[in-house]
Amino acid sequence: MSERDQEVNLRQRLSGLSRLPLLRGARVDGEVKRLEEQLERLQQDTSDEAIWRSVELARHPERPYTLDYVERFVDDWVELHGDRGRADDGALVTGLGKIDGRTIALVGHQKGRDVKERLDRQFGMAYPEGYHKAMRIMEIAERFQFPLVSLVDTPGAYPGVAAEQHGQGGALARSQAEMVRLTVPTVACIIGEGGSGGAVAIAVSDRVLMQENAIYSVITPEGCAAILWRDAGEAKKAAAAFKPDALHCLDLGVIDGIVAEPPGGAQTDHDAAARFLKAALVEALDELDETPGEELRRRRRAKFRGMGVFA
Amino acid sequence: MSDARIDVQVEHRDAPPPAEKKHPNTCPKCGSHYRDDELDAALWVCAHCGHHYPMRARKRIEWYADAGSFQEEAADVRSEDPLDFFDLRPYTERLSEAELNTGQSEAIVIGQATLDGHPFELAVMDFSFMGGSMGSAVGEKFSRACDAAVERGIPLVSVPSSGGARMQEGILSLMQLPKTVVAVEELHDARVPLITVMSHPTTAGVLASFASLGDVTIAEPGALIAFTGPRVVQQTTREKLPDDFGLAEQNLRFGHIDAIVPRSAQRAYLARVLRLFR
Repeated sequence: MSERDQEVNLRQRLSGLSRLPLLRGARVDGEVKRLEEQLERLQQDTSDEAIWRSVELARHPERPYTLDYVERFVDDWVELHGDRGRADDGALVTGLGKIDGRTIALVGHQKGRDVKERLDRQFGMAYPEGYHKAMRIMEIAERFQFPLVSLVDTPGAYPGVAAEQHGQGGALARSQAEMVRLTVPTVACIIGEGGSGGAVAIAVSDRVLMQENAIYSVITPEGCAAILWRDAGEAKKAAAAFKPDALHCLDLGVIDGIVAEPPGGAQTDHDAAARFLKAALVEALDELDETPGEELRRRRRAKFRGMGVFA
Repeated sequence: MSDARIDVQVEHRDAPPPAEKKHPNTCPKCGSHYRDDELDAALWVCAHCGHHYPMRARKRIEWYADAGSFQEEAADVRSEDPLDFFDLRPYTERLSEAELNTGQSEAIVIGQATLDGHPFELAVMDFSFMGGSMGSAVGEKFSRACDAAVERGIPLVSVPSSGGARMQEGILSLMQLPKTVVAVEELHDARVPLITVMSHPTTAGVLASFASLGDVTIAEPGALIAFTGPRVVQQTTREKLPDDFGLAEQNLRFGHIDAIVPRSAQRAYLARVLRLFR
């Protein structure tokens, strides 16, 4: 088997997890056993150290960002700028392009690669303007029945004075509301940091995937540590406690599948990471293709309505 | 927004020394002090300066609803501990303590009542239960209030009061954002009115979900309404904050809410708005 085939094979087994009926709190241990090396490592590696390694890899400065993936697997990419009201937020990029021959609308967070770009893009933390822009692209997706692909990679929505004055909370809420109105297939993948409201605002999707070393959490480990431990230095303990890693998210029924990364993490080989991600997105879009729009929306709502564990 | 200079690391420094502890019945604005029964009779508003003290959920329901009309629903929905969460103390211990201190099973009370004889559904949060944080149980109860309103075709009055999502439930608490958004969306689709009364504080995950989606949204005077609170904004961005940062008054100026209505006028305001939707 060629290296390429092995990769595809592994990815398929990983994404196979998504077809398990994941009831609330359902365990996937039995299925996990069948999977090879990479998945076994994931399973064993729910130690505190492994969770922290995910946090570090998810934030790795060399990790591919949205536009790195766009460059690698989106054809005829046309980036669309601006919210038509106030600004163009560089922390959230939007546009149209083709994946595997079909036109999709894409929204994704974008961190910067160098210092200047990081500042210009606010480290991937979008203002309300970014979410307004995303909603504009969602409307286009709905009107022309393009599937919507979201790539999530943000420490959180921007926590600043102007962001508050421009209505950060409301923008995040309305972006989610827009997503549960859509009648087109929607697929999201957490490709790095899935930080809180800023992440979920573009991830209320039919299929939510996570890369192997991505994290998805309600608060940053530092923020949680500062509040509960009263010491941001206890971030490692906080992460171990709230478990933001992919396998725990899958286990809790929050995501539908895990996308493999090249050994050592996505930063080691952007091309390989892009191949895995593209295959996973195409597979998810293919799965959703046949379902009528109203039914997609009904199922999407039912899925999120059922989230949570309570007595 | 281009000249933002930010440091994403939360600063690692000792917490500031706690401010001088005042009695909860001492007004933080003017220093007037009241007995419980005085505040209770005044709807927990300072008679001297108009400061709105936090109001317990049941007291608020008593204020909005016709006497004896409230019938609580979903009182048996409680939090679980899906992550076996442990910070300095186990989550389960914090839950029991909150229950003991507040006499509440969760940070929200829902149910049906009448206002001037007309039925409506209520979803009222209680900040004294773990800072009004939203975990799975709060998300579920709020969603059930939406369902009940849709089922009976009666309006929903929602009173958020929350520090945000409940960290102890990890990612599941974040999922309560889309969950409650879905519930509100179904309400909108059924053309059932949602009136939101933002009370202090309406922040973070709750503001980024159902609290921001009301058809008519009012706030209490002086309530903090912000996705990110002033302390975190200050720490992360080092920006100089305006004096009224995040307060209801600023939110009104920037167009995020429809009105600021003092507590004593809220019942009449709600009655008026609900008449319009009948």
